[in-house]
Amino acid sequence: MAADDVLVRVENVVKYFPVKAGGLFRHTVGHVHAVDDVSLVIERGKTLGLVGETGSGKSTLARCVAGLLPVTSGRVTFDGRDITKLSRGAMRPLRREVQMIFQDPYSSLNPRRRVGSIIGDPFAIHKIATGSERKRRVQELMERVGLNPEHYNRFPSEFSGGQRQRIGVARALALRPKLIICDEPVSALDVSIQAQVLNLLSDLQKDFGLSYLFIAHDLEVVRHVSDRVAVMYLGRVGEAGPKDALYNRPRHPYTVALLSAAPAADPDTAAARQRVILTGDVPSPIDPPAGCRFHPRCPKAQPLCATEEPRLVPDMAAEPAADGDGDSGAATAGTAGENVHLTACHFPVAAGENLAAAASREFA
Amino acid sequence: MSIVHEIELEAQSAVAPVQGRSQWQLTWRRLRGDRVSMVALVVIVIMVVLAIAAPVFAALTGHPPNVAYPVTGENAAGNPVGPFTNGFILGTDSTGRDLLVRILYGARVSLFVGVVTTFIATALGVAIGLMAGYFGGIADTVLARFTDAVLAFAYVVLAIALAVVYGPSLTIIMLVITFFSWAGIARIVRGQTLSIKEKEYIEAARSLGAGPFRIMFFDILPNLLAPVLVVGTLYIPQAVVFEATLSFLGLGVQPPTASWGNMLADASNFYQVAWWYVVFPAAALLITTLAFNLLGDGIRDAMDPRTERLLAARRLRRKNRKKRKTGVAGTGPNPDFPDPVHVGQIP
Amino acid sequence: MAIVGYLVRRILTGIVVVWLVATAAFFLFFARPVETVARLLAGHAATPQVITEVITNLGLNQPILTQYWRFVDGLLHGNLGYSYYSQESVNTILKQDLPPTVSLVIGGTILWLIAGLSVGIISATRARSLFDRASNVAVLIGLSMPVFVIGELLILVVFLPLNEHGITWIDTGYSGPTSGLGSFFGHMVLPWITLASVQAAVYTRLSRGQLLDTLGEDYIRTARAKGLSERRVIFRHAVRAALTPVVSQLGVDVGQLLGGVFVVEIVFGLGGIGQATVQAVDQDNLPVIIGFVIIAAVFVVVANIIVDLLYAALDPRVRIT
Ligand SMILES: Nc1ncnc2c1ncn2[C@@H]1O[C@H](COP(=O)(O)OP(=O)(O)OP(=O)(O)O)[C@@H](O)[C@H]1O
Ligand code: SF4
Ligand SMILES: [Mg+2]
Repeated sequence: MAADDVLVRVENVVKYFPVKAGGLFRHTVGHVHAVDDVSLVIERGKTLGLVGETGSGKSTLARCVAGLLPVTSGRVTFDGRDITKLSRGAMRPLRREVQMIFQDPYSSLNPRRRVGSIIGDPFAIHKIATGSERKRRVQELMERVGLNPEHYNRFPSEFSGGQRQRIGVARALALRPKLIICDEPVSALDVSIQAQVLNLLSDLQKDFGLSYLFIAHDLEVVRHVSDRVAVMYLGRVGEAGPKDALYNRPRHPYTVALLSAAPAADPDTAAARQRVILTGDVPSPIDPPAGCRFHPRCPKAQPLCATEEPRLVPDMAAEPAADGDGDSGAATAGTAGENVHLTACHFPVAAGENLAAAASREFA
Repeated sequence: MSIVHEIELEAQSAVAPVQGRSQWQLTWRRLRGDRVSMVALVVIVIMVVLAIAAPVFAALTGHPPNVAYPVTGENAAGNPVGPFTNGFILGTDSTGRDLLVRILYGARVSLFVGVVTTFIATALGVAIGLMAGYFGGIADTVLARFTDAVLAFAYVVLAIALAVVYGPSLTIIMLVITFFSWAGIARIVRGQTLSIKEKEYIEAARSLGAGPFRIMFFDILPNLLAPVLVVGTLYIPQAVVFEATLSFLGLGVQPPTASWGNMLADASNFYQVAWWYVVFPAAALLITTLAFNLLGDGIRDAMDPRTERLLAARRLRRKNRKKRKTGVAGTGPNPDFPDPVHVGQIP
Repeated sequence: MAIVGYLVRRILTGIVVVWLVATAAFFLFFARPVETVARLLAGHAATPQVITEVITNLGLNQPILTQYWRFVDGLLHGNLGYSYYSQESVNTILKQDLPPTVSLVIGGTILWLIAGLSVGIISATRARSLFDRASNVAVLIGLSMPVFVIGELLILVVFLPLNEHGITWIDTGYSGPTSGLGSFFGHMVLPWITLASVQAAVYTRLSRGQLLDTLGEDYIRTARAKGLSERRVIFRHAVRAALTPVVSQLGVDVGQLLGGVFVVEIVFGLGGIGQATVQAVDQDNLPVIIGFVIIAAVFVVVANIIVDLLYAALDPRVRIT
């Protein structure tokens, strides 16, 4: 795959948050391992979907990619430039190229500012357009995302949830960015409105050649919009691959469990699927389990899983490695794009294997 | 005249809204519907006008504030004369000066101190609270400890110390009042900033490349105006009370300059012979502070979105009066509108 | 015994605070040109000879650190110095003025808390009743009146008319409990009411708001739904939860209380520490003022420790550490 096709390259990114305790003299007593050694790529004009339970580090990863959070270690390259070590000033031009759309259409718009000024904010901050020129461009944007430009002077509270999300989209679009990070952009909306907003996003992608990093809980939504999908668990990527491969032939036991838990639209799939019930709680990200992070809950866990960390690699048996060089496996595989299906598991689920049965045997 | 009105005008002149009803307009509409608040507003306006016009009264009555009238202003025993005697509308004070004129001059001091100290304390409190809340870290910890210390500190101690070193004066009491007021406001602003900072629109602004000061000014400040306006309105009467108390203790405005506090201190020697000397300055003080307190409460209610619900609930209750039960939900303090009574409560 | 360790720590930090306050006061007053201090003491009309005499007599010409050292040494021995005027020891002055102040503070605080909390609780449980409305008005008036105005009005409308009619039980001035409890209460009842009134207004408002909020919470609704009697719901569950934040405010308010104490002592001529201090300010009697500043700091520190202990007792989530 040509390097040119890659817009964002996330390499071994780690983000820890210190946990503080004590009153007057606060000190660090531990770290939340929010994102731990994650490697991904986002291709130009494509959508990378990111799924995972709450707390698995999706938003944190997104904020690292957007340059809003400094990474603890690792590298994020945007358009070939390492952005993890930029100063605030050097970051400014980047702000024009990466934008975000947020989950909550209520809290992502300042209730005390008028819509025109919210959407015009990017122009004001980057000193691009002023006065009537700014107003004209804001109204153009409003029209483009399906809002009435006449409503320029209204307050956010006068709009519905779906309309508010369109305002957020217009704001993100203002600077013609290359990448838009959508952090659960439709989770808070009614199902009927979700579809409208998703369609708007995909139209815009076609028109402007946008790339998306699309985060969601809803597996069906992710499947609908994504080209590639990555599954996160406790700060790690467990499995990543082309949408169809991942949905049709999931290999990581966690992915299998997630898919089996999701309501399937197609009754046939539903029948074919056996529910894999995960037992136990998600372990604390402050003190994640050694070895495979999923092993305390994994129906396929073996002693090896508790001691040795599985690497994110292509399945050698199913598809020949993208590169012949076996040794540099992890790094290159982690950043490989397009068609490679990667799994971090010592004992991947084989096609046709019934994990539900394994699970029930285990806990019988 | 009032702050509310100014902000209202400002909101209107900003960008003529097509249909947008700003929060200020809504507030103003609700406030206008509240009879008590409107009366309070009128009283405040009258008070201010009277204070400004104090020299006019002095000229009309021919009694400058600091001139004693030992002949007409005192009776045979050398005591003050009562209201409507010898052209003294409210009577005279212990040295035979015109009580009405002195009360009006006292209003100048009280209102000046109340408004100016509140203004300075609010500006300081907002700036410091905003920065502490936004930047957090060490600065925040230091501020939190410091505000706690200020709030727990006995104001008399500082007033006395300063009075001893520099001699009592208006400047010193204004310093003392400001010093004991900003911390409470900073505390409220800090709390509000902490919660606003976590909102996604702040993250959105950061992702657009806005710097910290732009965020504080354009994104956080507008959300603080409502609670700050409420707190500010309620701080004015406290500052007035504070000034009167310090002057009463002899630590503030010094005679012969008239202040309600020092007049009442002097009046305490004349209870038996001149009730008016106690009653009229006390009434002026009470009316002023009461009006500000009522207006502040009214503004808070008008800004609190829950008022609407409350009114609806009341209408509903009136309807089902027969099957009424105990329990009213949602009349407690709104977290967005902290009860300012408690933040920098002064004597 | 976590509590012993906690108390020791609090008392130690308290001592540091008091020392800091005393030091600040000392330097504020004495770290000025010797002439200025001496003139303050000797009066404006003093001749140069008198001033020199004052300087040598009071040791003002010694280096400031030496003077400070003497001051700290005195403090450590519990000696606050001597009044410039009567040459009486400050300890004696403060000791003899302490009883009225202490009686005032204790009685006033009890009245303040009882009145404030009970009215607040009743108002909240009968929101929008006649009682609630009346108490709201009273609270607003209380908040709008300075302490001394309340005191003066009480004198005018209670004390004077009663006295005129020969009822002399209620009186101004101070009469200690040792010289008859009846007359003690007679002398203290108006000062107590005055001191308590403003604070009570604040606490009525605060406890009413808190309780109303608590009554709207889910667990209270659950308790009601379980069929517990209203009285039980309110007193078992709601009041305790509502009072916790109220108590945490107490620490802040003891500092304010001191101001009220001053005013009340003067209005009713109780002759306590406050009155003595105001007089000392008039006369620039620095040792007495510093003595007062130290007593005030001790008072605030001790009151805050008591409040924090109370808070921990009320709220099981707060651990004393
Ligand atoms: N600023 C922060 N400080 C401390 N911990 C944080 C911070 N932000 C996130 N975390 C922690 O990092 C972990 C990952 O959080 P993150 O928000 O990235 O999860 P998520 O996958 O986006 O979850 P959700 O689906 O709920 O949005 C969580 O345990 C969270 O508590
Ligand atoms: S490595 Fe082991 S524990 Fe982890 S997912 Fe695979 S089988 Fe389960
Ligand atoms: Mg998230």
